[in-house]
Amino acid sequence: MHIAEGYLPWQHAAAWGAVSAPFVVHGARALTVQVRQRPENTLLLGASGAFSFVLSALKIPSVTGSCSHPTGTGLGAILFRPPVMAVLGTITLLFQALLLAHGGLTTLGANAFSMAIVGPWAGYAVYRLVRSWLPDNLDIAVFAGAFVADLSTYCVTSVQLALAFPDPDSGFAGALAKFSGIFSVTQIPLAVSEGLLTVLVIRLLRQSGAAELVRLGVDKPTDRSADKPADTADTADTADTADKPAGQSVGKADDERVDEPGGNAEDPAVTTTTPTETAK
Amino acid sequence: MKRATKINLLLVLAVLLLACLPLVLGLGDDEEEPFTGSDAQAETAITENDPDYEPWFSPIYEPPSGEIESGLFAAQAAIGAGVVGYFLGVVRTRRKYAAGTASGTWTADPAAPGARPAPAADTTAEGDADQAETGARS
Repeated sequence: MHIAEGYLPWQHAAAWGAVSAPFVVHGARALTVQVRQRPENTLLLGASGAFSFVLSALKIPSVTGSCSHPTGTGLGAILFRPPVMAVLGTITLLFQALLLAHGGLTTLGANAFSMAIVGPWAGYAVYRLVRSWLPDNLDIAVFAGAFVADLSTYCVTSVQLALAFPDPDSGFAGALAKFSGIFSVTQIPLAVSEGLLTVLVIRLLRQSGAAELVRLGVDKPTDRSADKPADTADTADTADTADKPAGQSVGKADDERVDEPGGNAEDPAVTTTTPTETAK
Repeated sequence: MKRATKINLLLVLAVLLLACLPLVLGLGDDEEEPFTGSDAQAETAITENDPDYEPWFSPIYEPPSGEIESGLFAAQAAIGAGVVGYFLGVVRTRRKYAAGTASGTWTADPAAPGARPAPAADTTAEGDADQAETGARS
């Protein structure tokens, strides 16, 4: 739940707008570069934005007896790095501000800062940290990243409101406790839900053998896929694989095929889920 | 059922449970109005902290009724879910197709619907039938 229209003093609204604007502009450039250099990832990029769209629309009851909604920004931050989510998250916020009277135009800067900037960055940082601790367990890293992206968003919202409306007696600290009780505590089970759903999406992508995960270095961060330029034409690769004898030879041919959906099937890191799973 | 599918279903179940528990346990019963939005509660808290505060801007467009608002929220979720679902479909189909063309790979996953119906086997079957037929004739 975002800060409602008109519910931040204009000085605060302007300041948050000024803070967020460079991130969004930078994100827009990152997005353009991403789409131009890796057009084959654009569909997944759209799906990441769409994931945020779905989750922001779902108002879910929580333990505090109130409702809130997840943000869905963790997935995109993990897949495409946080700058891109600055744009996609702001688009989601804009849609809700314009059509649903949810959030607002004057509070867009503050809401973008919490949901589209701090959330994705915090989530991404935690994801990378857990990933370096547990390189073999993608699910746990994804869960932690998405959980933190969601929860940190609402912690920032609480801070923003506490700064604008300090408690008459206890000042900033008292107000922070109050707003955290409303936003952050409510958000904890929802952040767990978002973490689980994000893990689900990543699992589904892996199980469908999405080449994007390898290309983006999420599933198996290898130099060969990271250094590769835009995916070579599918037809060329298909021809390459078709010419290959049935026996799975290791070596140069495999290197070339990692980026391609067909080649992906032979990638050990990807196949760990599929063939073994089907065998059971 | 595949183990991976079971885990996926468990994930969905856990999310549903997390959403339903507060309702089942009646955690909203103490509130005047149970399960209101946390943003509405924040507005109340703002007025408590600063009774003189007046929102200085109001939404340009406000859905005229709760029904229309819920419809727009549903539309938002539907658009998002549609795109995500479309993407998953594309990825699966692409893999299926790739599994069909790349020789050898399809055998690794016999359950995949894309496993091609082994043309060689077909022709031999036909050939056998032909032979049987000719054999019967002669």
